[in-house]
Amino acid sequence: MINPQLNKNGELQHLLTTEGLPVQIVRDILDRATNFLDAADGREIKKVPLLHGKSVFNVFFENSTRTRTTFEIAAKRLSADVVNLNIGSSSTSKGETLLDTVDNLCAMHADMFVVRHAQSGAAHFIARYVAPDVHVINAGDGRHAHPTQALLDMFTIRHYKKEFHNLRVAIVGDILHSRVARSQIHALTTLGVPEVRVIAPKTLLPAMVENLGVQVYHDMTQGLRDVDVVLMLRLQNERMQGAALPSAQEYFKCYGLTEEKLAHARPDAIVMHPGPMNRGIEIDSVVADGAHSVILSQVTFGIAVRMAVMSMLAGNS
Amino acid sequence: MNIQIKNGRLIDPKYSIDKVCDVFIAAGKIAAIGAAPPGFAADKVIDATGLVVAPGLIDLAARLREPGYEYMATLESEMEAAVAGGITSLACPPDTEPPLDEPGLVEMLKHRARNLNQAHVYPVGALTTALQGQELTEMAELVDAGCVAFSQADAPLADTRVLHRAMQYAATFGFSVWLRPQDSFLAREGVAHDGEVATRCGLPAIPVCAETIALATMLMLARNTGAKLHICRLSSAAGVEMIRAAKQQGLAVTCDVSMNHVHLSEMDIGFFDPNCHLVPPLRSLRDRAALRAALCDGTVDAICSDHTPVDEDAKQLPFAEAEAGATGLELLLPLVLKWAQQDNFSLSAALAKATLHPAQILGLDAGYLSVGATADVCIFDPVAYWKVESAVLKSQGKNTPFTGFEVQGKVRYTLVDGQIVYQSESPTSHG
Repeated sequence: MINPQLNKNGELQHLLTTEGLPVQIVRDILDRATNFLDAADGREIKKVPLLHGKSVFNVFFENSTRTRTTFEIAAKRLSADVVNLNIGSSSTSKGETLLDTVDNLCAMHADMFVVRHAQSGAAHFIARYVAPDVHVINAGDGRHAHPTQALLDMFTIRHYKKEFHNLRVAIVGDILHSRVARSQIHALTTLGVPEVRVIAPKTLLPAMVENLGVQVYHDMTQGLRDVDVVLMLRLQNERMQGAALPSAQEYFKCYGLTEEKLAHARPDAIVMHPGPMNRGIEIDSVVADGAHSVILSQVTFGIAVRMAVMSMLAGNS
Repeated sequence: MNIQIKNGRLIDPKYSIDKVCDVFIAAGKIAAIGAAPPGFAADKVIDATGLVVAPGLIDLAARLREPGYEYMATLESEMEAAVAGGITSLACPPDTEPPLDEPGLVEMLKHRARNLNQAHVYPVGALTTALQGQELTEMAELVDAGCVAFSQADAPLADTRVLHRAMQYAATFGFSVWLRPQDSFLAREGVAHDGEVATRCGLPAIPVCAETIALATMLMLARNTGAKLHICRLSSAAGVEMIRAAKQQGLAVTCDVSMNHVHLSEMDIGFFDPNCHLVPPLRSLRDRAALRAALCDGTVDAICSDHTPVDEDAKQLPFAEAEAGATGLELLLPLVLKWAQQDNFSLSAALAKATLHPAQILGLDAGYLSVGATADVCIFDPVAYWKVESAVLKSQGKNTPFTGFEVQGKVRYTLVDGQIVYQSESPTSHG
């Protein structure tokens, strides 16, 4: 099988998933993102003309304000023209097929699509049918992948921990339904993290998850022991209706990240969350706002990483 | 018309005949094998040198899409595809629109099919009204109209009391019940096998226990009611084990598998190939190996095409939204041959899985070629290669996971009731 996200020169044509992404491309994205951050304090992001004259279409079939906004900011800092389309509330409800929508958007001469869709595989589907000079960035497809989130998480880990080869990382929560978790797992294993753990009740773990290269824990105390990085996942309210969990309270008791549970991790452990957080369900406010939390840095770095991805794709035309 | 099929390799799975000889057809029957019967004058001589002369294929599951889904396929297109694939009899499931739950619908279908004068069509009637799993259909009336068995197709029958009653009622008259084992609660929203690939791709999954739990219920009810049970589209190694055990205990259960599941696995989904969105889901390589072993040892009785033509628009969607199913009528023969070759299974025994055994499941006097048998014949070139492409398929359904495959085995002639109903355009070309 050919890798659908690389062009014939082995360069990134689309960013659809972190799975099978060559490690050098991952490192290039992270390095490029570093350059977008101001050298002085590592926080401020510069405006550059790399995408001047290019059109970036944010095509969101599923509602999202945060992710769409960060992509919009990233594209604008690259001097691109940005068009936001919330398809969820227009075309498909009028009966237009996904393929028609894609064709129409291509006809509007987009250079790049940032796509979010509720179905796993939607980004691959769109990438298969777009015009050959159009780049597709997956901003989340069903339960499958959310590669820019995972890349910004890797950037954050590298920022605080410098290296990957000596880390123990735990991902906590609803692995089964999480595109973020899948993309994080592939990114972490690609970058050579020797020990990736997932911590969840059996109802929130997919079959044979260990084949993705992770160790499975059902107990927070054991799973967090001596970890360097804790990646928390958001818990969707509908998990209670689907009989996956009895209640938010019990979930917090067993899997919510509290200071007490975090004490089992290494003293310099960092805590991350893709947002938006459910305080008091998957994470205690004291931890979310505490010294170990780097959650707001993730948001800042997210813009730089998305700029890095967009500028790399534009350079591979 | 008197036809002499000259010098072909005759395969008759019933009497394990595999030899080069002439076959003589008169009055729609096999009149003689070897030497011409006294006074036989051939109106037509088919030179079958280098070709295999086999019973016409009998397909236990071919959706013709009529009535109701004519935009996906029509009786005309699919019957043409059937005979082009060497299929001379086929059973069609009741999941049409409306479902085959009334004698009038069945009579109309039989009538339309008969007028096309191609393959024999054997409708499988709906087990419950509108396939809704609540009320029984008029089974005796439906049998009079032409139904050969009763099924829920892929519609759920969650209420076990209704299933119990339906099987009791069918058993009263000796009617067969064909069921695909899948617990509708466990399968809810699922589109792929609950394994490595669904986990990697983030696809909602159907666990193997959805099959085994439903299968356990069905086997238990068959024991309890004495109904003739046929299990459709077995997909898992665990399911195979249960059928094997039931047969060893003397239960008269039969089962089939789709050709897709003999050749493909969850791995073929790759990057969300919607052509691999099938029902039941493609399972693991281990499951596929178990299905193949079960075909060889007789636990699985038959291979069917599970022909499900789908229109292009319904397939060009992300994996889970794409309509499930694949075209299959024209691929059944080459894929049976491919399996036989890969598993080192004799041609005669392999063809039995798509001729004699399905005939027995249908209760038909067909699927063999000896003197007196109906002259439903498939004459094919066993070594000719052809490439699976939408342009060469006569079916209106063009989607198949086998697109681009080079397959071996090309039908040259198809005879139904002693009449040539299909002849390939280029009988001498090998490619």
